[in-house]
Amino acid sequence: MLDATLFAGQVFNGFSLASLFVLAALGLALSFGLMRVINMAHGEMLMLGGYLAYLTYLIVPGPAAILVAMPVAFLGAAVVGGLMEVTVIRRLSSRPLDTLLATWGVSLILQQAARSVFGPIGVGVTAPDWLNTGFALGSLYFPSTRIFILAVAVAVLAGLGLLIARTRLGLLVRAVNQDRMMAAASGINTRRVDLAVFCLGTGIAGLAGVVLSLLGPVTPSVGQSYIVPAFLVVVMGGLGSMVGTTAAAIILGLVSALSQIFLDVSMSQVLMLLFVIIFLQFRPQGVVATRSRALEG
Amino acid sequence: MTDHPLLRHAWIPVLALAVLAPALVSSYDLNLLGRFLAMAILAIGIVLIWGEGGILTLGQGVFFGLGGYSIAMYLKLVSLDPGYLPDFMEWSGVMSLPWWWVPFQSPLFALLAVVLVPAAFAGLFAWLVFRRRIAGVYFALITQAVALTFATLLTSQQSTTGGYNGLTGFTTLFGMELGTDGANRTLYWVTLGLLVAVFAGSKWLMASRYGTLLRATRDGENRVRFLGYDTTPYKVVAFALSAVFASIGGALFTLHAGVVSPAFVGVVPSIEMIVWVAVGGRNSLWGAVAGALIVNFAKDIVSSAMPEAWLYVLGLVFILVVTFLPNGLAGLADDLLKRRRDRASAPDAALLEEAQ
Repeated sequence: MLDATLFAGQVFNGFSLASLFVLAALGLALSFGLMRVINMAHGEMLMLGGYLAYLTYLIVPGPAAILVAMPVAFLGAAVVGGLMEVTVIRRLSSRPLDTLLATWGVSLILQQAARSVFGPIGVGVTAPDWLNTGFALGSLYFPSTRIFILAVAVAVLAGLGLLIARTRLGLLVRAVNQDRMMAAASGINTRRVDLAVFCLGTGIAGLAGVVLSLLGPVTPSVGQSYIVPAFLVVVMGGLGSMVGTTAAAIILGLVSALSQIFLDVSMSQVLMLLFVIIFLQFRPQGVVATRSRALEG
Repeated sequence: MTDHPLLRHAWIPVLALAVLAPALVSSYDLNLLGRFLAMAILAIGIVLIWGEGGILTLGQGVFFGLGGYSIAMYLKLVSLDPGYLPDFMEWSGVMSLPWWWVPFQSPLFALLAVVLVPAAFAGLFAWLVFRRRIAGVYFALITQAVALTFATLLTSQQSTTGGYNGLTGFTTLFGMELGTDGANRTLYWVTLGLLVAVFAGSKWLMASRYGTLLRATRDGENRVRFLGYDTTPYKVVAFALSAVFASIGGALFTLHAGVVSPAFVGVVPSIEMIVWVAVGGRNSLWGAVAGALIVNFAKDIVSSAMPEAWLYVLGLVFILVVTFLPNGLAGLADDLLKRRRDRASAPDAALLEEAQ
């Protein structure tokens, strides 16, 4: 009986972790699918979102602060992301590995800037009272913050799904995703689509930063602790697919949480990595494969 | 770059200076130089895998650490009085030596481990990944996850790895007392000798048929497959070799620095290693050695003058080099020489045109 409770609790934790992975990885997956570039400074967009949440709390304290912080962080991170796209990523668009390295340079600078401005020790964001509760189900306890994070992840997924499926921007994104040359030939400004998607992706990371600030202090390196699992989610999900990213996030969240029943955190990290490598033995193209006859994609 | 008759023999004075360095510089600078030459061995490995193979790895710190820890475990054990355990194990209440520490009592085993452990681990890992044709960005991200995982593991298993502080407090190596001027000089020459050997070996390998096929795989993997080659073994060998070089570099670095810790193996140090080669030139063995020395001396100077500034400098240099100088300083030097040569031969072309 006790085991069943523990198991159920860890399943909940797994989904909770998965919602963080989704929020951290979605933006990466979006721009990776479209532009084939990985933004190593994506973790710093989480950090930026966290610090923007902290600043918002200083200016508008009160129970609604977090609801103000979310759009602020989204916009702030989207603007910084847009600047990065225009100044660095666009120049390197034909060299994906070099983009990865250059954005790592950006990541170092942003981390050091955060250290200079806010100090090396983290700043705390106190969750509003209405999130400081939780409810019990038998001997299980579900903290409200965790449920809130799950809800945010579901809302972001739904919103993004609608955006891609129903709006004009979504149509353009799908067109460029399918065939960049054809899309450009039919008059779509592919560069502007790239920019929009990149901003959207970093914006979601900013949002994720607000959510992270509910769980612990915001430090200059807060993004680093989530970004490597997020990279694994992208690798496992398959070329920028939203469904694949979500599925991979859930699988890795569950693997991590359930393995922690009998392993310590570091060993569970080893297990997660082994799991990804073994998974790729069977499905090297990821959870959701893009079907294509192209030899080199 | 080696076209110019003066430059073709430039290595002779450079090598002569390097051999005589113990007589020319202070013992502090000699120690630094020794460390950076050890890092240059690792940098040559990155040229093989990244420059020649086109495979970006963000996990070289893992192999640097494997070499460093292998030699450090031996050093730790040999400096103990009989019947005692390493200090950090006693503090953590470990009663007997863990089984995987036991063979490191033998110096021969430790030396073999420096070469064989990374070769086996890198070979197996690379075979698993390359066999399924996972490449490019995916490979880079997976190697980065390996670096993070290895560093976390070393840090968290405090009682058997020394945790965050790593392994330090070495006294003797193969019966030689460490820390004396004589020992430092010997270590320096050993490092230099190994660097020269690795350099020459790599140069030979890259000129061989293997090197040609590796470059061909980089430039058009499917074409090489259509010609009937299986490309996987070529890439696996390149990755394993780069891992062995990283490990040798790590072992030598540990001897010079007197410490090895997770701070040398994680995500950030692993990418810093790529920075050395990016700055020096990813397609040039000379460039990689120069890059490792330049970046590390710059780091030493900048971070002792303004510790805050180093990460800004590193980040900015990396962005600029990757964006504007993809072939690094070696590429820049090549371009300059070529321009001079073109200018020198330009009048001939003009005469030729006139004659026609």
